[in-house]
Amino acid sequence: MKAFARLLERLAFTAGRNAKLTILAHYFAATPDPDRGWALAALTGGLDLRQVSPSLLRRLAGERMDAQLFALSYDFVGDLAETISLIWPEATTSGPEVTLSDAVALLRDTGKLALPAAIAQVLDRMTPPERLAFLKLATGNMRVGLSARLARVALAQGSAAQDSARSVEEIEEIWHGLTPPYTALFDWLAGGARPEAAAAAPFRPVMLSTPITPSELAALDPADYIAEWKWDGIRVQAVSEGGMRRLYSRTGEDIGAAFPDLLDALNFEGAVDGELLIRRDGDVAPFADLQKRLGRKLVSKAMLQSHPASLRLYDILTWQGEDLRALPLQDRRARLQAADFDSDRIDLSPLLPFTTWQDLTTLRAAPPAQVIEGVMIKRRTAPYVAGRPRGPWFKWKRDPMVIDAVLLYAQSGHGKRSGFYSDFTFGVWDGPDLVPVGKAYFGFTDEELKELDRFVRKNTTQRYGPVRQLAPLLVVEVAFEGLNLSTRHKAGLAMRFPRISRIRWDKPAAEADHLDTLRTML
Amino acid sequence: MRAEDILYPTEMGLYCAPGDFYIDPLRPVPRALVTHGHADHARPGNAAVMATRQTLEIMAIRYGEDFTASRQIAEGTTRLGGVTVSFHPAGHVLGSAQILITPDNGPRILVSGDYCRAPNPVCLPFEPVACDIFITEATFGLPVFRHPDPIAEAARLLASMAEFPDRPHLVGAYALGKAQRVIALARAAGHHAPIAIHGALKRLCDYHVEQGIDLGPLVSATDPGDAQLILAPPSAFASPWVQRFRDPVIAYASGWMTVRARARQRGVELPLVISDHVDWPQLTATITELAPQEVWITHGTEDGLLRWCEIQGIAARPLRLVGYEDEPE
Repeated sequence: MKAFARLLERLAFTAGRNAKLTILAHYFAATPDPDRGWALAALTGGLDLRQVSPSLLRRLAGERMDAQLFALSYDFVGDLAETISLIWPEATTSGPEVTLSDAVALLRDTGKLALPAAIAQVLDRMTPPERLAFLKLATGNMRVGLSARLARVALAQGSAAQDSARSVEEIEEIWHGLTPPYTALFDWLAGGARPEAAAAAPFRPVMLSTPITPSELAALDPADYIAEWKWDGIRVQAVSEGGMRRLYSRTGEDIGAAFPDLLDALNFEGAVDGELLIRRDGDVAPFADLQKRLGRKLVSKAMLQSHPASLRLYDILTWQGEDLRALPLQDRRARLQAADFDSDRIDLSPLLPFTTWQDLTTLRAAPPAQVIEGVMIKRRTAPYVAGRPRGPWFKWKRDPMVIDAVLLYAQSGHGKRSGFYSDFTFGVWDGPDLVPVGKAYFGFTDEELKELDRFVRKNTTQRYGPVRQLAPLLVVEVAFEGLNLSTRHKAGLAMRFPRISRIRWDKPAAEADHLDTLRTML
Repeated sequence: MRAEDILYPTEMGLYCAPGDFYIDPLRPVPRALVTHGHADHARPGNAAVMATRQTLEIMAIRYGEDFTASRQIAEGTTRLGGVTVSFHPAGHVLGSAQILITPDNGPRILVSGDYCRAPNPVCLPFEPVACDIFITEATFGLPVFRHPDPIAEAARLLASMAEFPDRPHLVGAYALGKAQRVIALARAAGHHAPIAIHGALKRLCDYHVEQGIDLGPLVSATDPGDAQLILAPPSAFASPWVQRFRDPVIAYASGWMTVRARARQRGVELPLVISDHVDWPQLTATITELAPQEVWITHGTEDGLLRWCEIQGIAARPLRLVGYEDEPE
C-alpha cells in the first residue's frame, strides 16, 4: 500500500500531463502484479468494491478519540478521509505491509457486519499516507485528476522502453475485454502473448482528423475528397455484436449507461462511427442539452422524454461479422448507405455537394443549423486507421466567436509556467460593472506571456491567496467555440473552449464588450 | 507572588513586572529578552537585549550591529530586578532558548518560545526544565499533526529528483533554521552535490557554517550550474525570480504540508512535512513530562491543546498573544 499511497499523493499534486505520465510509468514498471493492476483499475474507475459510508468512518473514529478533538481536527483539515488517516492512533501492531491486493480483497469480500472491524484492523497496521489511500479506495473517491486514457498512454509509453512497444490504440482495442488486475495486459506489454478480446462488442480505436487552413486546402484536388458537416455533439462509436450493445466515447470509455434510449435503438450487427446528438422532431438541439445527459449513472424518464438521444453516422467499421476498415472510404460510405438501421434515432450525416473549394467555402459560411461547427473533408481512398494521421481527414472549423473582454484576475501556473501569471479570469461590462464571464489559460505566445506577467505584477490591486485582482485596464480579444446558458457562473453564461486570441494593448477598457453583446450570440 | 502578577501579556508583549523586562516584545522596549532570532520574536530597536550569543549574532546579521544599544549574552543565571532568569536550549533553530523565570517567592515560569523535540542537526536539543507554569506554543496543537521522520521526507525529495532528473527542484524554506535543516537533511539522506541557495539565505547559511555546522557545497541560485536542488524563501516563488528555472518542481518544507488543502493553496507540487515545531505527540508528551501545575498557551491552534489539557485534568489557559506568526518566513 505504500507505493500506491505515494502514487496517489504524487498524482494529486502534479498538474502537468507529462509529469503524470512519468509518475505512472515508473509506478507500473516498479510494482509487481497484481498490485499494479489493481492500481490501474482504481485509477480508471474499473474497481467494483463495497463502498464504505462516511458515517461508518465517523463512528470508527469516534470510538477512538475525543469527539471535540475530532471535530476541531475535521474542521481544520476539511476532508473526512484525510482527517481520519491523520488522527488514527499510531500503529501498535507491526506486521507485514498491507498490500493493495489485500485492501481490494478486504473491500470486495468482507460482509457488511464484519466490515467495520476489518477496516479498523487494517488501519491499525498502516502509516497515515497508506490510511488515506485505503480510505479513498474505500469511499470510492480517488480524485487524482486522471483520465483512463492517460493511464493507457502511460502503459503505452512504458512499453515503448522495451522491444515490445504497443501503441495506445492497440491497448484501447483490447481494453474492454480485460478485467482487473490486468495481468494478461501487463504480460502482453512485456512481450507476452496478446490477450484475446474476450468481451463482445469491443471498442475499435478511432480515426481522428487534423485542422486545415484555406491556403492548405487550395493545394488539394477537390475531386479526391468528400465533405460533410462537422456536427457539434460527441463523437461516439456504437457497437452491437453478438447480442451485446455498447456506446463508446472516442477514447474508448463506455458511456452507454447514460444513453439507454440509444442502446435500445442499436438493432443491427456491426460497429459504426458517428455523432451523438440530442434531437427533437428532427432538429438537433444545442450541445448544452447533450451535456445534461452526460456522466449520469441513471437517467430519469422525464429526461429521456425531454432530451432524446440520437446517432448521426459518419462511417461503418464492421458489418455482420465483416471488418470493413481496410476498405477505401467511398466503399465504406456505399456500405453505410446500403445498411438498414431500422430506427428513427439513427440517420446518416449527409454528404455536401461541391465541385470546387469555393463551393465548400460558401456552404461552410452558411450552415443550415446552429449545431454545425464546420466541415469535415475526407479523402475518398483512405482506409479507416487508428489515431490522427495527417492527410486523410481534415476538419475545417467555422471561425470562432470573439469578444473583447477586460482582464480581472490572474493566477500563476505550474511546471513550465511556474512563476508566471498565466491563468486569467476576464469579464465584460454589465451596466457600470465588470462581470466575470470566463477563464483562459492559453492562446498567447511565450513572449506575450512575459508581457502579461509584467502587466499583472504592475497592476495588482488585491491579493486573495494565490489570486491577484487586477486594475481593470487591459483588454484582450477572447475567441471561443460556443456559448451556453449556465447557472454556475455569475454572468449566467459559459463559454466553450475560450482562449486569448489577441492582446489589445491599444484598446481602452471602457470600449470592451457588454454582456448584452454576449447574450445576442447565444 | 502569584504567577499572574509575575508575568502577563500587554500590548507590547509578555511583560515580567518584578524583573521589568519583556519577552519577545512586539514593539521597542527598554529591556527585551529574546528567545530566538525569527523576525516575529526578535525585532530591532530595543534599548537593551538579552539573548543567547547566537541569537544576538543572528539579530546583528539581520538588522545590523546597531539593532540595540546594549547586548547581554545569557549565560548561567542572571539576576534581573526581583527575579532570576536562565536560558535553556529549545531545539527550534540555532541559538533558540527557553527562558526560565524564578521569583524569590512564587512559581517558576518557563517561557518555552518556539520549540521542537525532533533531533535537529543544526541546533542544540530541547532541554526539559522543571517548572510550575509552562508557557507553550501550540502551532501544531491538533492531533492531526504527527510529523513524519524528517529523513524520510528528505528521501522523498531525493526520490522526486531522481524521478525527474531534468527538472530543478525548488524548495521553499525560511532563511533561519528551516533552510539549513533542509540542507542538512538532504545531506544526511545522501545528496552530496552542490545545493543552490537564493541570495536571501546566504548570510544565515554562512553563519551556520561559521558555527561549525557542515552544510556541504553551496552555490548561488543566480548561477546554479548543475545544481538540481535549489532553496529559496517561499516568497521568492511569487516573484519573477522563479522564472529563470525551466519547468521546476515546487516543493515546500513546513509542518503545514501535512494538510493537503494547505499544500494546494500554495500551489505546491511536492509537499515536504519538515517542521521546527513540536507536533502533537511531542507537545502533549512534553507537558506530561514536565508536569507543570498550569499550562499557558501563547499562539497557534490552542483550542485543541486546551481540550487535551481539560481531558488530562491539567489547568490551562490561553494567553491570546497577537503578532506571532504560525510559522514565520
